[in-house]
Amino acid sequence: MSGFDWSNWLTVIFAGVLTLGIRASFIVLPPDAKIPAWLLDSLKYVAAAVLPALAVPDILFRDVPTGEVFNFYRIAAGLTAATYAYKTKDIFGTMALGMLVLWLLKWWSPL
Amino acid sequence: MNTTRSAFLAGLRDQAPGILGNIPFGLITGAAAAAAGIDPWLALGMSFILFTGAGQLAAISLMAQNAPPGIVVLTVVIVSLRLMMYSAAMAPYFRHTPTARKWLFSYLMTDHAFALVTTRFDKHDPPMHMDAYYLGASSTMWWVWQAGVAVGLFAGTLVPVTWSLDFAIPLVFLSLVMPALRTRSHWTAAIVASLTAAFCMSLPLKLGLMVASVAGVLAGLLMERFRNVGTEGAS
Repeated sequence: MSGFDWSNWLTVIFAGVLTLGIRASFIVLPPDAKIPAWLLDSLKYVAAAVLPALAVPDILFRDVPTGEVFNFYRIAAGLTAATYAYKTKDIFGTMALGMLVLWLLKWWSPL
Repeated sequence: MNTTRSAFLAGLRDQAPGILGNIPFGLITGAAAAAAGIDPWLALGMSFILFTGAGQLAAISLMAQNAPPGIVVLTVVIVSLRLMMYSAAMAPYFRHTPTARKWLFSYLMTDHAFALVTTRFDKHDPPMHMDAYYLGASSTMWWVWQAGVAVGLFAGTLVPVTWSLDFAIPLVFLSLVMPALRTRSHWTAAIVASLTAAFCMSLPLKLGLMVASVAGVLAGLLMERFRNVGTEGAS
């Protein structure tokens, strides 16, 4: 591979324009614009669906010990962090707690 | 928050925990691009143009597999669609903002900025220096993100793999989504999306993410409809 990678740059620029459009959509729209009800209804659930869909495979199936199907350390750390996040909404605390539980399990687990 | 300067600093201070939590995410995104053999300039350009960690990671992993450009764009859009919901929720706060600034603020919008603004302020009565507050929070996030990706690109691979720093990525997503699960319909969307993502894990080109996202949204809508019918019947 040599030379300038036009294909990937154009892909990124195109994706970037669309991403900006998505972000700007309702902010730049005039306040009296008519928005279809089905769109607003569906949007309500997009974050609740996409964020777990991104997180779950990384929790279940990364660094799986040989002979296992799931990574149980990550599942335990993820559930602990999720519970803490639900109760406190504390982003940094959630990250710190999740990493800490994972490290404790990984390095000091008797299993 | 009496002056634009104090509002800017207040935004920065209130966003600081999210910015700190995002540093490992930036480092890993940079390191992932390096590990995938993505051209460093393309990785930096991506960070500048997209400015969305989840989208950048998806694009990096797809480009590394030589996925068709259409799939890359579609996946970034799916991952970014939640930002449209944030855009709808944040629009009232910027009603009186000049148009050019609205575009800048849109570009700077992140999960963290959305969570900060919508939980802290009343959309019917935003504070006087809302724009300065938002800029303080979101521009700092931008700088730290760009720096994190750049450092990760060149040094991220130095962090020992045994530290499992990549686990910070699902943790960011969890910390953002958990507080948003307020109703049974939201829980349904999250659980259906999680299960579908787990079962569709082996689909190529991150198609599992797309399938799971659509399934989750539909499940949330169905649960909402079902609950409404239920309450109508009971009344």
